Amino acid sequence: MSLSRREFLKSSAAASAAAAIGMTVPAELEANANAAESKWRWDKAACRFCGTGCGIMLATTGEGKDRKIVAVKGDPAAPVNRGLNCIKGYFNAKIMYGADRLTQPLLRVNDKGEFDKHGKFAPVSWERAYDEMEKNIRKALKASGPEGVAVFASGQYTIMEGYAAQKMMKGGFRSNAIDPNARHCMASAVVGFYQTFGIDEPSGCYDDIELTDTIVTWGSNMAEMHPILWSRVTDRKLSDPDRVKVVNIQTYTHRTCDLGDFNIIFRPNTDLALWNYLAREIVYNHPEAIDWDFIKKNIVFAAGPVNIGYGFRRAGEKSLTPVRPDGSAGKYDAKEMEIYNKEMSKVVSELEGPALEPYGYKAGDIMNNIPGTLKHHEISFEDYKKSLAPYTLDYTAKLCKGDPDESLDSFKKKLQDLAALYIEDGRKVVSFWTMGMNQHTRGTWDNTLSYNVHFMLNKQAKPGSGAFSLTGQPSACGTAREVGTFAHRLPADMMVKNPKHRKITEDGWKIPNGTLNPVGNQHIMKIHRDIEDGVVKFAWVNVCNAYQDSANAKHWIKAAREMDNFIVTSDGYPGISAMVSDLILPSAMIYEKWGAYGNAERRSQHWRQQVLPVGNAMSDTWQWVELSKRFTVDDLWGPYTLRNGKKLADVREAAYKMGYKPNTTMFEILFANERAKKNYPLALDQFPQKGYDNSECIGDARNVVGTDGKVFKGYGFMIHQYLWEEYASFGRGHGHDLADFVTYHKVRGLKWPVVNGKETAWRFNVNFDPYAAKHAKENGRGSEFAFYGPLAKALPFGNLTTVTDKKKKPLTDKAKIFARPYMDPPEMPDEEYNLWLCTGRVLEHWHSGTMTMRVPELYRAVPEALVYMNPDAAKERGLKDNDVCWVESRRGRVRARVETRGRNRPPKPLVFVPWFDERVFINKVTLDQTCPMSKQTDFKKCAVKIYKA
Amino acid sequence: MSNHSKAKQPVSDRRKFILNMAKGVGYAAVGGFLWSAYLDEAKASPLVLRPPAAIKEDDFLKTCIKCGLCVEACPYDTLKLAKPGDHEPLGTPFFTPRDIPCYMCEDIPCVPVCPSGALDESSVTVNGQLDINVADMGLAVIDENSCIAFWGIQCDACYRACPLLDKAITIEYDKNSRTGKHAFLKPIVHADACTGCGMCEHACVTEKPAIFILPREVAMGKAGSHYIKGWDKKDEARLKDAHAIHTTTKVSRQQAVDKLNGGLEGLLDE
Repeated sequence: MSLSRREFLKSSAAASAAAAIGMTVPAELEANANAAESKWRWDKAACRFCGTGCGIMLATTGEGKDRKIVAVKGDPAAPVNRGLNCIKGYFNAKIMYGADRLTQPLLRVNDKGEFDKHGKFAPVSWERAYDEMEKNIRKALKASGPEGVAVFASGQYTIMEGYAAQKMMKGGFRSNAIDPNARHCMASAVVGFYQTFGIDEPSGCYDDIELTDTIVTWGSNMAEMHPILWSRVTDRKLSDPDRVKVVNIQTYTHRTCDLGDFNIIFRPNTDLALWNYLAREIVYNHPEAIDWDFIKKNIVFAAGPVNIGYGFRRAGEKSLTPVRPDGSAGKYDAKEMEIYNKEMSKVVSELEGPALEPYGYKAGDIMNNIPGTLKHHEISFEDYKKSLAPYTLDYTAKLCKGDPDESLDSFKKKLQDLAALYIEDGRKVVSFWTMGMNQHTRGTWDNTLSYNVHFMLNKQAKPGSGAFSLTGQPSACGTAREVGTFAHRLPADMMVKNPKHRKITEDGWKIPNGTLNPVGNQHIMKIHRDIEDGVVKFAWVNVCNAYQDSANAKHWIKAAREMDNFIVTSDGYPGISAMVSDLILPSAMIYEKWGAYGNAERRSQHWRQQVLPVGNAMSDTWQWVELSKRFTVDDLWGPYTLRNGKKLADVREAAYKMGYKPNTTMFEILFANERAKKNYPLALDQFPQKGYDNSECIGDARNVVGTDGKVFKGYGFMIHQYLWEEYASFGRGHGHDLADFVTYHKVRGLKWPVVNGKETAWRFNVNFDPYAAKHAKENGRGSEFAFYGPLAKALPFGNLTTVTDKKKKPLTDKAKIFARPYMDPPEMPDEEYNLWLCTGRVLEHWHSGTMTMRVPELYRAVPEALVYMNPDAAKERGLKDNDVCWVESRRGRVRARVETRGRNRPPKPLVFVPWFDERVFINKVTLDQTCPMSKQTDFKKCAVKIYKA
Repeated sequence: MSNHSKAKQPVSDRRKFILNMAKGVGYAAVGGFLWSAYLDEAKASPLVLRPPAAIKEDDFLKTCIKCGLCVEACPYDTLKLAKPGDHEPLGTPFFTPRDIPCYMCEDIPCVPVCPSGALDESSVTVNGQLDINVADMGLAVIDENSCIAFWGIQCDACYRACPLLDKAITIEYDKNSRTGKHAFLKPIVHADACTGCGMCEHACVTEKPAIFILPREVAMGKAGSHYIKGWDKKDEARLKDAHAIHTTTKVSRQQAVDKLNGGLEGLLDE
């Protein structure tokens, strides 16, 4: 019997092989042939996707332009993932090879081949593309000055790309209108860090997971968004199931809740009240748990204004005028204005009334809002204690309970259990959060509130304990934040508004003092709004999908398509931003260029160029450097008057004195300068350059015809190393120390600050952080900690409502505990729009899906975005699973299929729709509300109605 | 009940065999092999997946009148009528989850329209209401060797795709001793809840699905009724199949007296 069966199998295998001719056999043969010749080259890199920062190895094979990535493996030597990957990382080898890769610049043209805003895309040369860019940038500068030239930047830039873009924008164009999609994802965490510690980025590291007893997630679906970290959390739980507790605090049940000892489902935005409840439990009911020695040595209490609006446009802005009798205003209709008007004033609600009482408001009061401000002042502990008074168990439970089907008693018990875990003496606690606390109309507040609880218990910046912000993007930390590709930032935590910081940067860049623009207010939503107002006339989308990822998208798309402006998108694939653009530039994708990313635990990781880009694609670094060749000292460094009346000085004379000529190009000043060429020569016969392509530095086998119409032969020096070392020079000695370029090619990343060749696991803790040790010694307080961040370290004094003593008092090396109340978001479900809409991601897809929706396996696994809904809520609306429904808000609507049985299980009042699917364009529905301090959009809540399509 | 231990090589091979047979048909290059495949289409294939509520395969073939009403009623084009080359009895409805799975419509439109009783509405009716969750189209089987979750990759695409998530497929957590700090999150199929809809097979990200649907008869093994789990009261239900026991092996096939009188040579020879 078995013998005959084996024969059968043999024959069927033969039949299969014969049948498959022309289908799968050639690929297999190819693989075998390559194996036989042993031509695979393995080299290390970082995963393309999230902020976890897994290490991978890539196998390439072939010669010259035929060298392709054929396989990937998790890097067993990488400390983050030890050879493992998630389902997206598993497909790193496939993301660059989609059938519709952009391979050629494309310009909208008319029949005669001239640029025409209403024309169709046609292939053009790099030279023609750059002629059009140059022409339109000059036009924009003439019309609006530096504020008219903008860049949608990215937390997915390599560090060198971000640095090159920032240098040309701020140093060349003198424009601070460069802001990354990381604004949408991390800005609240950043402002939280700045306000609390005076310096950006987490104190802890991933080792906290293995060292802690308690993992509490707040607004974070780690299981889907940081799967490798989640597998570490899971392992920690398995290693000691009784001792280790996992609690998840979310607005709907999702996969992360599977592991929870208990899960708290709260009403959107009320996490503010939950944090304050925990603080109240400590201060009022467990004062013995407060580590007063720690507090006295290291902490001050602080408060600031609460009437700061919601980051909307304000009355009087161009697109909000005129205001009409029907309630509409400018380009916004009456329905939209119902919500927008709250930016100017609002009525304090019954829900938030008690929480606002210590701040001088009660339910029914009119609150007149000022524009968002970062201002704050020191207060007494007694005032802080007063701010906590409202958050009794009764008030908190009633306010926060998010699932109507859960009993109040059950919810209360969970709150008490949560408080007990945090407070328990000797219990280590890590609080992780991601977008839930950052994409929040009070995101900055929420972030600072988390540190309050950890500080009072002295459970911060210690192995196994701390509040820990998990980054979404692969280099939101490394590039957007550390390089400072934000409107208001410069490298290494320096700020454009700080004259000293500008001078340090100008000197480092060898550009005249006074070149840098001190006004950095064009954050990403402001850039969209400035386009709609007709101020920004030129915008360039880099390594992001600004027209799919921004809330209230219809306004921005209309502005881009219907107004007099020029929009350029550099991308690997044709996403919505490319469709909306006038010019599309084909970008080299991740492993087609040298690069570096920085992950959520301050780990910087480098890789080499593995293959040549496809077609005529070139890296974003190259695109920026090429653009710099088009502009000279006299083109850019004359006088300007900004919108607010501030003058930018004429720095041309100063430039001539530095040896530059009127026609010296930005290329010669910012990139191919003498020190770059002298200090970073090519070393093609040495590690790490030996044997690896380097399209920017030496050109490549494709002989791409460049922006000057000639074959591009390379810059002739190691520009990647130059950009890295110059960038790193700003942080060394200031708590941001990075190692040298070559070192990173030998190791699996290092956590900065890297001091004397050693990485730092826990910052601010004298036992681990040499900077903390130095500061603690200097300040002589005998503390185990030094919160040495330099920002906002002198404060006036006051109470919860006002400043009483304007004289600023220094608070060297101290951190802050902030009094901050619960407040409603501006749009909440009502009779017509009766559901909360929360948006986010799914494990299978990355961001807007431009890469992962082109990987057949991932596309097959999750081909479309669904509306995750409570079964009873669906039934009430006459909807069954798989029915197509409309999701409609005051701003727009989309069609999608209903899912009530799936991975996300919302309570009745809430629906979840992921945003990866351009065919379910949910950002037409979302609201462009932001944290008024961080300017980060809140994508996690707005009001919608759902009905059958 | 966990089914993961049953996904061993034989099932995989059998499946491969059938898939290869199906692929082979339609290509002229295989000569005589092709003809035998066509002959097979007259008979019931043990691996065909039928619409929800299909009666036992032998009876189904006798009862189905090949009218195609169920196929027409399916809103997802999941169901197909077998045509020459499909390697299924011609004209009968079937589905291939890797192409289009059953989306488990709550109102099961394909079943009430069946005029012949080949699809038995009562088998998917609970308390007088249609309930797709009790359908039995087949059973998901996991090949642990090719399932990347069993390698430690954080995948679980099948789990998240399962319409009976946390019932038909659950996740088993296991420490990864190689890395020392990560956990395996392994999908486990529960035969008592799985309907065989094939959403998992469709979503599986491996080149050839590592989780796939087989008719329940093929997918499941069966423990003998002579042993009942002492720790599981419910297992006593299997006693109904218990019967008097008669055994024969190679050493016991002779009568005792014949063996005893067979001589002692064997005991003394080298």
